[in-house]
Amino acid sequence: MSAEAMAGTGGLGAQRQGERAEEHGHHPSPAFYWMIGGILTVITAVEVAIFYVPFLEPVLVPLLLALSAGKFVLVVMFFMHLKTDSRIFSGLFLSGLVLAVFMTVALVVLFHVLPEYQTLTAG
Amino acid sequence: MAQAAAVADEHHYTSTGLDSWKVGFWTFIGSECLFFATLISTYMVYKGKSLVGPFPEEILDIPLTTISTFILLMSSLAMVLALDGIRRGSKKLTLVWLGAVILLGTTFLGFQVYEFNHFVHEGLTLGTNVFASSFYVLTGFHGAHVTVGVIWLLTLWILAARGRLASGDSMKVEVAGLYWHFVDVVWIVIFTLVYLIQ
Repeated sequence: MSAEAMAGTGGLGAQRQGERAEEHGHHPSPAFYWMIGGILTVITAVEVAIFYVPFLEPVLVPLLLALSAGKFVLVVMFFMHLKTDSRIFSGLFLSGLVLAVFMTVALVVLFHVLPEYQTLTAG
Repeated sequence: MAQAAAVADEHHYTSTGLDSWKVGFWTFIGSECLFFATLISTYMVYKGKSLVGPFPEEILDIPLTTISTFILLMSSLAMVLALDGIRRGSKKLTLVWLGAVILLGTTFLGFQVYEFNHFVHEGLTLGTNVFASSFYVLTGFHGAHVTVGVIWLLTLWILAARGRLASGDSMKVEVAGLYWHFVDVVWIVIFTLVYLIQ
């Protein structure tokens, strides 16, 4: 078999694998997407509502972070299809996302939490 | 052989069997997470450290931003419906939903322009304080991403209107959709960290 022919066969093989990979991804119905859109709207309304509730102030930050994370996960899993797509895509995305979250948390701890802790312990 | 090459040209699969466009684009999205994390981190680090006003709690308009957030969320819904439309081979659905995404994205940008204009009139310019600098850079870069997305989707809409975007080209819409949804999830984070957690 010539090199060209082998390359052609390899290309078709990869294509067939690709078609198989795509077949594994089930595409939800429009009704399902509308339902996700509705849930996202409700979560946003709840976020804004609890912002104006005074007695929730002590737990406002964790509540808002949890609701925001919920919206984030819904969009990524169902609108970006990571739930049904190949795990390789999830890995590529999560590698960047985990680093990003780690960096942000580390900087907030360094610049906000540690200085306050040092002030408290010095006092 | 020529036929095989033509088929291979339509979809470029990697040795994993996955489409190379999607592999490349998810890698790009992973790197974009770090890009926005640097901007969000900068905002968080300088939070509460402005010496002169206007301060965030004095100037940020939650009801207005809630509306623009809702608009961007609904644009994501329209985007996924546009992808569903092209996969079904429906030119009408593709055009309607792509058009809706473009309209909603442009409306979101309109809200941002109004917000920036209002802030400048209130005395909050890029150099007023560290809140202004980090806020404008973060939300400005997000707005720039939305603008790129709108131009990208407008290009696809024109192709679809001219009949040059068939169901076989759904990957083009899917990749543009991934970009659009990513811009949406970045705004979900910004809305919470910048606007709601003051």
